[in-house]
Amino acid sequence: MRLSTAIALGKATATLSRRLHRGGGTTMPGRVARAVEPRVLPLLSRRLRYGSVIVAGTNGKTTTARLLAHIMEALGRVPVHNRAGANLAAGIASALVEHADLFGRPSGDVGIFEVDEATVPRVVPHLAPRVMIFTNLFRDQLDRYGEIDHIAGLWRATGEALRPDGVVVANGDDPLVYDAVRGLPGRLVTFGIEDERHALPAIEHTAEARYCYRCGTPYAYAWTYFGHMGRYRCPTCGTGRPPIDLAARDIVLAGADGASFTLAPSGGGQTARITTVLPGLYNVYNVLAASAAALEMGAPIDRVAEALASFAPAFGRAERVVAGGAELRLLLSKNPAGFNEVLRTVLSGGPLPAVLIAINDNIADGRDVSWLWDVEFEMLAGRVAHVVVTGLRAEDMALRLRYAGLAEGAIEVQRDYEPALRAALARAAGRPLFVLPTYTAMLALREVLQRWGAVGRFWEH
Amino acid sequence: MGSGGEVLGALTDGPALRICHLYPDLLNLYGDRGNIMVLTQRARWRGLPVAVTSVGLGEPLDPAGADFFFIGGGEDRQQRIAADDLCRRKRGPLQDAVADGAVVLAVCGGYQLVGRYYRPAEGEDLPGVGLLDLWTEHPGPAARRLIGNLVIEVEGMDAPLIGFENHGGRTRLGPGARPLGRVRTGFGNNGEDGWEGATDRRVYGTYLHGPLLPKNPAFADRLIAEAVSRRHPGFTLAPLSDGNAARAREVMLARLGTPAGKSARARVE
Ligand SMILES: [Zn+2]
Repeated sequence: MRLSTAIALGKATATLSRRLHRGGGTTMPGRVARAVEPRVLPLLSRRLRYGSVIVAGTNGKTTTARLLAHIMEALGRVPVHNRAGANLAAGIASALVEHADLFGRPSGDVGIFEVDEATVPRVVPHLAPRVMIFTNLFRDQLDRYGEIDHIAGLWRATGEALRPDGVVVANGDDPLVYDAVRGLPGRLVTFGIEDERHALPAIEHTAEARYCYRCGTPYAYAWTYFGHMGRYRCPTCGTGRPPIDLAARDIVLAGADGASFTLAPSGGGQTARITTVLPGLYNVYNVLAASAAALEMGAPIDRVAEALASFAPAFGRAERVVAGGAELRLLLSKNPAGFNEVLRTVLSGGPLPAVLIAINDNIADGRDVSWLWDVEFEMLAGRVAHVVVTGLRAEDMALRLRYAGLAEGAIEVQRDYEPALRAALARAAGRPLFVLPTYTAMLALREVLQRWGAVGRFWEH
Repeated sequence: MGSGGEVLGALTDGPALRICHLYPDLLNLYGDRGNIMVLTQRARWRGLPVAVTSVGLGEPLDPAGADFFFIGGGEDRQQRIAADDLCRRKRGPLQDAVADGAVVLAVCGGYQLVGRYYRPAEGEDLPGVGLLDLWTEHPGPAARRLIGNLVIEVEGMDAPLIGFENHGGRTRLGPGARPLGRVRTGFGNNGEDGWEGATDRRVYGTYLHGPLLPKNPAFADRLIAEAVSRRHPGFTLAPLSDGNAARAREVMLARLGTPAGKSARARVE
């Protein structure tokens, strides 16, 4: 009875906030429902026939969750998933309430939830997930989350809540992730890249895990792909990259247009050639993570490959938009390691006439923008003719570009989003315009594009 | 004020500015390397020869090998590794360098390590190298971190320093160190006494990151001038155009409701 009331009030809240255009009602319905019935998460999620998958990690949560949902849909399942960014308990409850009737019967059969890294221990006990995916662990918004060790500790502490038959899908190339999840109950399935041709010439400045988390000795890296992802080993205690259960081999990167690779399970199982419109090595990791979870959920490998080929990106994540007669590509850029990968991808097609960078320091972006100094913007010098910067921290971004070696005349500050978009489009000279925003800057830019009629409202996704 | 050309003419024996970055791959929490970029670029923009070296774990530190030593911040785990190495291998050489007029800039975690000791939220005290008469204690895992934009007023400088702070430790100064500045916006050393940072001789410690030097070019130049003048007394720096930094400063000061001039009283007073 109380559950029905909670669902009814949650649904009414969703309708109301949608009518008032309050950001699509992504968290309020869940908050209201939980206030009436605190057990709304376990009560609704346990009725999902195929159980739930949660996706945690610094980068790639939204893309990985959407990839997995897409694969599940291709298999005829009906995913219930939370909206991008609504990844605290209230956002997950909102999704469950929205996809349930008044008796608590779900309209979907599998839950796929992206979960904020720090929220994992608060939601896992309620959801009892069948699969937990850990994508990677980077320093992100230290002002919000505190230290990276703290997050790893929270993940470790979720162990008891995992079902004994649960599966942990983890990035084996990330020493921080592996160290955090190696002790968890349930079966561990690792994914990673096995293609050293794509290794970086030197370990990046942004690499977090240079020192063994067991004994403090510097890791010996045979190579890295980006950040601290790679083949590592501690020369003192022997901790190192685990055997990889699902690998990406023979990777071909097609610049900003996507990538292809061979998906290879260990032990000589059937392989599949994967083609995706998602660009860059960081997306190869996202595709690997989603594929590993899909295989664990019973998807045949050829069906996984088939589904991935028809995947269209989530908004702001390599999304393509046509506006003002030109093509825009939005690539969310929210922390140094991710930003470096985006820059490499953007520049892989040769010099560009223009790029738009939008930096905000709202709470969801992180209020501290010192991370801009950890990004290798030096890459842009001499390779991008004109950089338009906007957002609340446009001036800080311009200052960073000056020290990165860009000429004063190559940097244009536009305080407002719409003039910034217009200025950058005018400079793009018919080429696709790459737009690199932080999270809330992306929402703001998308609002402009929506006014222009180029994209739909974000809750329609 | 001398031009870049005169400066070059006067400095013949190798790099005029020699920077030593301590533990660049261990203590690099909040864009700390931006400080090194700024020092290097500002020297280069003036045609001043500059050399950057780094010293890591287990490596010896030559007190005469650099005129500017920089230490950034790290998480507790990295701090502990660095503190141990600093005290065992670098304490003496650093003290010698400071006694001989070298500049030391220590930010955030590095600031805590150049004091007497740092008491973390959990675990044993970390000994400091004692370049500054101060100590830092973390009130425990439940205590709130001091996080936010930070503006301080520094004696002898026309414009305030602007940055960001994020620290759990509370720092208190002994009689041997002076505060670097007075807090206008933010918390500073401990969120209580209204002071921020510490200085003594040419050692500067601060919680200002952001990083510190890009947005505070006048302070960067003051430190460069002090470092170069260690071996080249009477040295002065040619001015640079700092339009980008000035605009970034104006925007932040306006947002924080802090007047750009020096007349405003510190908020905490
Ligand atoms: Zn080890």
